[in-house]
Amino acid sequence: MAHKLGKYTYLTDAAPSVLAWGSVGSKKEAQGPLAPYFDLLNEDSTFGEQTWEKAESEMQKEAIAKALEKAGLSAPDLDCIFAGDLLNQCTGSTFGLRELGVPFLGLYGACSTMAEGLVLSAFLLDSGAMQKTAVITSSHFCSAERQYRFPLEYGGQRTPTSQWTATASGAAILGQNVSPPYIRAVCVGTIEDKGIKDQNNMGAAMAPAAFETLRRFFEDTGTNPDNYDLILTGDLGKVGSRLLDDLMQREGYHIGGKHSDCGLLLYDSNKQDVHAGGSGAGCCASVLCSYILPSIREGRLKNVLFIATGALLSPTSVQQGESIPSVAHLVHFSSLPN
Amino acid sequence: MEMAMEYIRAFAVGGAICAVGQVLIDYTKLTPARILVAFVVIGVVLGGLGVYQPLIEFAGAGASVPLTGFGALLAKGVKEALAEYGMFGVLAGGLTASAAGITAAILFGFLAALIFKPGDKT
Amino acid sequence: MNMTNKDYSNLADRESAKSKSYINIPAAFVSGGLICVIGQAFMNGYLALGVEKDVASSAASCTLVFLSALLTGFGVYDDIAKHAGAGTLVPITGFANSVVSPALEFKSEGMILGVGAKMFVIAGPVIVYGVLASVAYGLIAFGLGLY
Repeated sequence: MAHKLGKYTYLTDAAPSVLAWGSVGSKKEAQGPLAPYFDLLNEDSTFGEQTWEKAESEMQKEAIAKALEKAGLSAPDLDCIFAGDLLNQCTGSTFGLRELGVPFLGLYGACSTMAEGLVLSAFLLDSGAMQKTAVITSSHFCSAERQYRFPLEYGGQRTPTSQWTATASGAAILGQNVSPPYIRAVCVGTIEDKGIKDQNNMGAAMAPAAFETLRRFFEDTGTNPDNYDLILTGDLGKVGSRLLDDLMQREGYHIGGKHSDCGLLLYDSNKQDVHAGGSGAGCCASVLCSYILPSIREGRLKNVLFIATGALLSPTSVQQGESIPSVAHLVHFSSLPN
Repeated sequence: MEMAMEYIRAFAVGGAICAVGQVLIDYTKLTPARILVAFVVIGVVLGGLGVYQPLIEFAGAGASVPLTGFGALLAKGVKEALAEYGMFGVLAGGLTASAAGITAAILFGFLAALIFKPGDKT
Repeated sequence: MNMTNKDYSNLADRESAKSKSYINIPAAFVSGGLICVIGQAFMNGYLALGVEKDVASSAASCTLVFLSALLTGFGVYDDIAKHAGAGTLVPITGFANSVVSPALEFKSEGMILGVGAKMFVIAGPVIVYGVLASVAYGLIAFGLGLY
């Protein structure tokens, strides 16, 4: 049974394992630096479907199938699946996974959903209640764009601080303590809002949430950035990453050398027109499930703090002039069980 | 030569009006939708004050093609309808004058929706 | 976090890249100017065909609307607009793009509630406030007898 350390952090007892993972991307992701690590890259972002929403569901379907295949499992082996996406009522997940026949818990934490699912999975596996779970999230540039911004063919200019919604999905299959990567600790974030209203500057809106979660985790565990190989946020982009480094610096934590951001890893911001970097629930999920988890399994990375951040806004809240609340959850992955 | 000057005037005035729009995009928090609304309303005001028609005489399409021209057209329509119908012209004038542009947008928008499908923007 | 919202907002502003106005404004000027030149060329063409001046001007605008719809349909208007900014937003072509793009986009929600209902989701306010302003002007002009 996981136990609490300090006020916000929980250490797992049996250190659940990530058994396998699957990642799906599309054209832009195929042009990015992580392309060689993806399981599936489809140049056709419709994924053969009639609508963008169906395309997103198809990505989830393919990601979970790939992860199950690599784990040597089939859907009935799963006790539960935790899934989420950015679409209204999370239909990307429900429509993509409806044929699996697996107990389903839908989550919404915007781009932090992957970490939210991992946190819940870790608790349920560590308690012994469940033996195998799956966590999957997705985002699709086109379905997100038409829901949150403008029609695709609308001629608008994006500001330099705006982020590019990844067309990607990442799925992870978790089980009991058998092989690395292990989940050693989790830290559940609080909702933070420092009054940022610009929906084209999500990095700035989300950095305070990442900051609070990371600072609390260091305080609760008595560790510091030197204890980890990588502090991986998702998806603060350029602006949010600089802000997080700055805020941590003010608290005496120098994370600069250890800190990377999924939104900056997925694309080459010099060559690809993504402005401040990638974002979307599928961005950090696919980076984690393509590049990071294998690196931990193979021991190239030993201790990784994965902090997924989510901007909890809606098109309505933006139109009503509200500021953007955000949340960040942390998962400590390790190549060692204890 | 006269022809060339006509195009240069259209270019300069039309370009300048668009440049003002870009300044608003870059230096204010106004969204594009608000900027367009502002341009149309300013066009109505300038048209009403009688300032915009001379600009159209001077710059031709340079003044009529930007959305301020659309606004000025609304004002012009109202003015002409007032002369023709009296107070009823307040209601009838604006959309009468701008009917062709709006109808063209509806027609071609509909046809485009029938023929094309939104492209792959990833 | 020991920082007021105002201090954080200032910090965020410092870290946020600004729009490159030295590129954007000239780009808007040139592209917007060129669209007007094309409009002028159509206008002159219609005049040469013996069309009356007001009609020629209106017909030129409608031609631009058609071209914008075509470019939007082929998926290139937004690619141009990415560089042209206000240069493709402010001319009537931008208005047309804002009508055509949702019509196209929301086809997946059907011809009535998709295409029909969403067509003016962006351009609607332009017509609403343009017409309201013209009514206000009409009332003033009527009251003062300025017509």
